[in-house]
This record gives sequence, C-alpha cells and structure tokens, in this order.
Amino acid sequence: MSFRAQIRFGTGLAPAHPPASRDEMLDRLAGPDQIAAAFPQEGYAPRAERALEFAAARRDRRQGEAEAALSDRLSRELRRDEFRQMALTLARGVASPDGLRERLTWFWADHFTTVRRRVAMRGAITGYVEDAIRPHVAGRFGDLLASAVLHPAMVLYLDQDRSVGPNSHVGLRTGRSLNENLAREVLELHTLGVDAGYSQRDVREMAELLTGIGIRQGRELIFRPGHAEPGAETVFGATYGGARPADLSEIRAALHDLALRPETARHICGKLADYFISDTPDPGLIDTMAAAWDDTGGAFLPVLHAMLSHRAARSDAPGRVKRPFHFITSALRALGSPPNQIANASREMINRRLHLPLIAMGQRWQGAAGPDGYFDDDREWIRPQTLAARIGWAMLTASEMPRLPDPRDFVVTALGDTASPDLRRAAARAETRAEGVGIVLAAPEFQRS
Amino acid sequence: MPAITRRQMLALGCSAAASPLITPVAFASLPTDHRLVVIILRGAMDGLDVVQPYGDPALARLRPGFDIGPDAGARDLDGFFALHPGLRDLWPLWQAGELGFAHAVSTPYRNARSHFDGQDLLEAGTGPGADGRDGWLNRLVQTIPGATRETALAVGRDEALILRGSAPTSDWSPAARLLLSPATSDLLAAVYHDDPLFQASFDEAQFLSGLLHGDFSEAEGDGMMEGMQAAMAGAGQAEAVNVIADFAAERLRAEARIASFSIGGWDTHRSQQGGLTRALGHLSTAILRLRAGLGPDWGQTTVLAMTEFGRTAAENGSGGTDHGTGSALIMAGGAVRGGRVLGDWPGLEEAALFDRRDLMPTRDIRAYAGWAMAGLFGTDRGALEGRVFPGLDLGADPGLLR
Repeated sequence: MSFRAQIRFGTGLAPAHPPASRDEMLDRLAGPDQIAAAFPQEGYAPRAERALEFAAARRDRRQGEAEAALSDRLSRELRRDEFRQMALTLARGVASPDGLRERLTWFWADHFTTVRRRVAMRGAITGYVEDAIRPHVAGRFGDLLASAVLHPAMVLYLDQDRSVGPNSHVGLRTGRSLNENLAREVLELHTLGVDAGYSQRDVREMAELLTGIGIRQGRELIFRPGHAEPGAETVFGATYGGARPADLSEIRAALHDLALRPETARHICGKLADYFISDTPDPGLIDTMAAAWDDTGGAFLPVLHAMLSHRAARSDAPGRVKRPFHFITSALRALGSPPNQIANASREMINRRLHLPLIAMGQRWQGAAGPDGYFDDDREWIRPQTLAARIGWAMLTASEMPRLPDPRDFVVTALGDTASPDLRRAAARAETRAEGVGIVLAAPEFQRS
Repeated sequence: MPAITRRQMLALGCSAAASPLITPVAFASLPTDHRLVVIILRGAMDGLDVVQPYGDPALARLRPGFDIGPDAGARDLDGFFALHPGLRDLWPLWQAGELGFAHAVSTPYRNARSHFDGQDLLEAGTGPGADGRDGWLNRLVQTIPGATRETALAVGRDEALILRGSAPTSDWSPAARLLLSPATSDLLAAVYHDDPLFQASFDEAQFLSGLLHGDFSEAEGDGMMEGMQAAMAGAGQAEAVNVIADFAAERLRAEARIASFSIGGWDTHRSQQGGLTRALGHLSTAILRLRAGLGPDWGQTTVLAMTEFGRTAAENGSGGTDHGTGSALIMAGGAVRGGRVLGDWPGLEEAALFDRRDLMPTRDIRAYAGWAMAGLFGTDRGALEGRVFPGLDLGADPGLLR
C-alpha cells in the first residue's frame, strides 16, 4: 500500500520496516502476536494483587515505622512498574512490524476505557488491556465485548459490584438497589450507540440482568446469586434470565446478541473508520464494513479487509490527527530509536520523554476523562497549548538525539513521498539539523495519519 | 483570516496585548464587565480548620491536637468563627469586606468520598448519577449572549471538566511555552500555512506564549532548550500558582470574563498543620496576585474557591483528618459583599454530624455559585436551575454581591 496508507494503519514509517501490502498487513495481524512475546507485559491478576497488598500496607501505616516503610516501598514499586508499563507499550509500537495490531489495541483499550478509580486498579489497567483486549483484536467483537465487560477492571471502574437487584435476597434484606452505570455504557458506548433507539427501560432491564456480577479479592470475577435480580429481563427486544439457578451464561448470551445487532455493527464500524480514516467517513465505507460484519458475525479480519480495500483508505491526503501517544511512538520509530533501550529506559527518562509530555499534550496515561475515552475530535487535540507541547517535544527530542539524520533525508524516512513541497523546503532551510528534524516531526503531514 | 504573528504586530508598531486583531474571533460586547474566577481546591479542604467554629464547644473535643481559635493564633471573624493563620495575608481583604465565607456546604455527593468522583461532580455541577461529560461553567457560557471563545479560560495543564462542553472556551497553561528562534518560527508558519487547524493553534500559541514569557531573543537562544525542558518537567506548585494567577489576571483584564484553575495539596491525612498552611499560602498568593493583576477591575471581580468535599470532624491518629462531607466556600473580590460567614450552622455534636462523623451540609454549594452568577451575569433563575445546575433548588438569595 502507499506510504500514506502505511502511516494511516500502522505506527509509522521506519527505516527498519519496508512498506507492506494490504494482505501482508492482515496476514501479520492474523498470525502470532510476536511483539508481545518480545516485550512481555504482566497480566491483571498479579498487578491487582500487588495493588491490594499496597492498600493493606497503607491502612496499617500508622501502626509503626516498619509498617510505614513497607507502605512507602510498595508505593515506590507500583510507581516504578507504571513507568515500566508505559515504556513497554511504547517499545512495542516502535519495534513492531505489525503496527496495525498496536493501533487496534490502543483503539479497543479506548473503546473499553477503564480509569483507575479503586485501589485494586492501581497499576493494573495495562494488565486488563493485556488480558482482556489484546488477545481479541484479530478475533470477533462478541468475544472482545464479553472479555472486556466481564473483566474485574471494568466491573470495578463502573461500579457493577455495587449494584444489587432490588428483589434479590440481598436487596430485600438491605434495601440496596441498582447501579445502572455499566448497563448504560454497554448499550450507549460499547455496543448499540447512543442513537440506536433503546430506552431507559432497556437500560434498567440490562442493569437488572447484570446484577449478580461481583468481584472476589479485588481481582476475580464471580457470580453472586444472592445479589441477582430474580425473573426474566428484556433488553432491546430479547428476553434473558429467569433460569434457576441464575449464572453468567444469560449475561453472556445478551452480550453476544448485542454484538450481532446491526446497530452495533454500524456504530463500531463507524468508529473504526473515524479512528483510522476520517471524522467524516464515506457512508459507503461504513456500509461495506458493516456488511462484512453482518456476513461473518462480527469477525474483525473481514471488517478490516473491507476497510483497507476501500478507496477512502488509500487517499494520499493526510487524515486524522495522531493522538499524542501515537505521535511519540511514530516519531521515535522514524528516528530509529532502539526499542530495547526504550523498554529499559530509566524511570526519569520515561517521565521526561513520555509521561509529562503526554500530560502536556492532553493525553494523560490511562487518564481519559470518562468511560467514553479520550476525545475523538481533532480540534480537541490541536489546541494552542497542546500544539505547543507537540512542537516542544519534537524540537527537544531532535536536539537530544545522538546521531541526527540530514533533515532532507529524514523527510523521506518519516513521510515517504507524502511530504508537501513546503515541508521539504522548510526542512532543507532549517538553521540546524535538529531544528530541521523537529520541523518535520511538528509538521501536519507527520502529525496527521 | 490572514494570520498576523505577534512579531509581525510588533514590527508594525502595535501592542499585541491590546490588539483585537490577534485573536481569531473579534471581541464581543458582553452584557457585563463582571469577572468570575473559580478555583478548584483539589484534595478536599478541611473547612472546619480553615474557618474554625471555635464557638462550638464540640470542636475542641473532636480535635484536641489542633490549634483552634483566637487563643491559638487564628483571627477572630465574628465571635464564633476564626480564620486559620495560613490565610493571614488575606486579613486586609476581610477588613475591607472583600472576603467572605459560606460554611457547612457541599455538592450532592455523599458517602463514597472518592476524590475523583467528588471533583467530577463538583465540576459537572449535576446531581449524582448524571454522566458528567460537561461542566457547569461551560453551561453558564452557553447562556451568555455574545460570549466568544475568549470569554472563558481554563488555566493550567490538566483537563478542566468544569469548562468542558459545547460552548467554545480557551485554555492555556503558563508552563506551555513555545520558544522558537525567529527562523524556525517562520519555517513552521510556512509548514502550517495550508492546514487551518494547525495554523490557527500555532498563531494563538505563539501569541499566548509571547504574552507570558516574552518573545524569543538572541540572548535567550542558548537557554531555549533548558527552558523547554523546564516547561516539560513542570514548575513547582508555588511558582505555578504565581504564573497561573498572573496569567489569569492578564486575560481577565483583556477579553476574558470567566477563568478557572486548580490548586492542589488539601488532602491532609497526616500532619495537617503544616500541609494546610502550605496550601492556604498558595491560595492566598493566588487571590492577592489576582487582585494586584486585575487593578481597577478587581472591583468587578468575584473569586469562588471550592473543594470536592470536607474532612472528618474529628482528627485522626496521625495529626490529620480523613475524607468527610461538608466544608466551606471561600469568596473573595471587590464585587463580593464580604466580612461575613454565611450558612446555617448545624453544630458538631455527634448526633448533628453527617454519618456521625462529618460536618453536616446545610446548603448545596451550587446554590451560592448560582446566586453569584445571577448577580454577575444576570443569568435568570430558570436557566440556573434548569440548565447550569439541572434540578437544583436555588433557595433564597443570600445577597453575595455588593
């Protein structure tokens, strides 16, 4: 595919990675996840366990100096681990020959956003992405949906463990009732979309259906029959539950049906097209993606094949603004920054080169404002102060690189044949190599995908 | 619209700061010259220590380890409440009637006592359970006829939910410098020329950065990268408060009428005396620098400093307090009818406490904010109760403004 299409569906051009065809890109995605094996990340359970160990130590810290020292040590370790998670996530994007998999992982981690709200989640969201999201990005939407929604991180984030069926044993005894948070987001954000025509009654029935989901020891999803609302529930026209004894299977069945709804197909295909191609996507593009979804029961590879085959995917015009993490990844990739050095970078280096710049660019690490994830409007990403941060990062990073390329060559390395004549001229006229390279990284052709 | 950079403006002999040409939108003539500054005190300020109800005998029993009342260094306000010594620099404002308080206030947030959720609700201005995807200051801007993108400004780096929403607003962090050599700046301007989104943001970034940090000069050239590194690393809180308040004042003297920023450091679980004094020092500095920077416009200004919830009525085992419920609202400004501590005092006897542990809120903090907006911007009651703070009953007018 063209240079622009490589940029659009990957993590950036790089000297080490020759352009791939559409089928090569999809074959890599269908194959084994090699980059995860090369840069392994821990899963959720061990991370949540350490977070809870820290929480217990913090509770006990007033009992004495040893307790306080333990709490401080565990807190430092969690913090160090968080920086290492960022470094590994970045290293994968910089190193991968299969950039589409990274981009999809970022997309789905955002679609199924979780933000740390409870202590068990401290440092564990990367583990949620690793366990619940990443293994499914080349699979089926229904599997991904169930995996994300029925994960302790999502349950804790959206308070599902605090929801009690009002007519359940526990509800009748305590007077506790429903929390509709997760039910609403499943319908509005995760599946059908806000305009699909479901009602508040559907939300309530979905919330009743989800009662019974609980968390054991902060990290294990369980079903609590005593919390589950008895009787059947009807969600968007289909009826579930009422079985004795109740269990998770009815919830899984409802998620599976929601995944196959045509409203869901259009909602998700529209969001994918918006993320990869254009915030005003060609309606024909969404039609062909949604048709592939309907034909295959929400299998991602045919949907992506349809997207990559459409002419809109091949447009040479720069498209969406890269989100800050994507920008930084692609810049380091173009600069030939060694992934192993990134993976093993010091906490201070990651803080200065990645963590603080992401905040300045408006994308705090795992810090979306709500369950709807980060902004999806380019105008939100390119505001005066966030653009200043992008330019500042580009200039600073270029100035600190040990061996800088000639800016006239770097334009081609970073952008292939897609740089405008203005940019090629500007790169050639810069006063220093570092400023020339910085200008290329700050240019719209590089900032957009 | 053709872009005119600050440097070009100076070359033309114009003063950029005073020129309407520099902003992408022409100034609107707002129906008011009033200014509103909302300071979010993140971390849950202990209202019982800041405005100490020393006349309530239960306070000393609940907090035997704390310094309480005029005998321990606080300033007597009205014979019942006393002001924490950390706010002593604001005493002249109290004497001038430019500083006031409302006590025993809170948002509708109850029981869970999470900073994140509490701050979200404070900024969203909604009742519990609403989705909180836009903020009440943004909804206020939506009701102001003639408001432009320049009318409301979020200062600082963190995303400000309070100003998020469909009405266009501005934001800028004084830490976000753009220090470029003139040659690089010109080359970037050429590169951005054909992309309107990048071009407009770049022009405004150069303008705002120049306003705050001065233009790049050859003398600064060697320090450019150091400056950028410092900007990336973020300044300390004390320095940050100075530049944020100065910057907010400068914009409020120009076209901005509403500004919001945050001050952290209120989560005093341990050794509250030192921590609270430090945080109050930052708040005092912010208010005094706003007053100095606003000059004659201070008389038209109202500052509301509000926190997500209060802290436990009793001190804990480590010389601090834990997450609670009711707290106090701090009001300052030349437009404020100060010198008073407003609110119905619920008392601190155990049975009077919320959950038998926290100061019982007797009024929704949004009611005070709502009445302030009614006075400042003429926002009518229907819009305040229906749109800005949906579902709120504003109650009686406490007469906050002069």
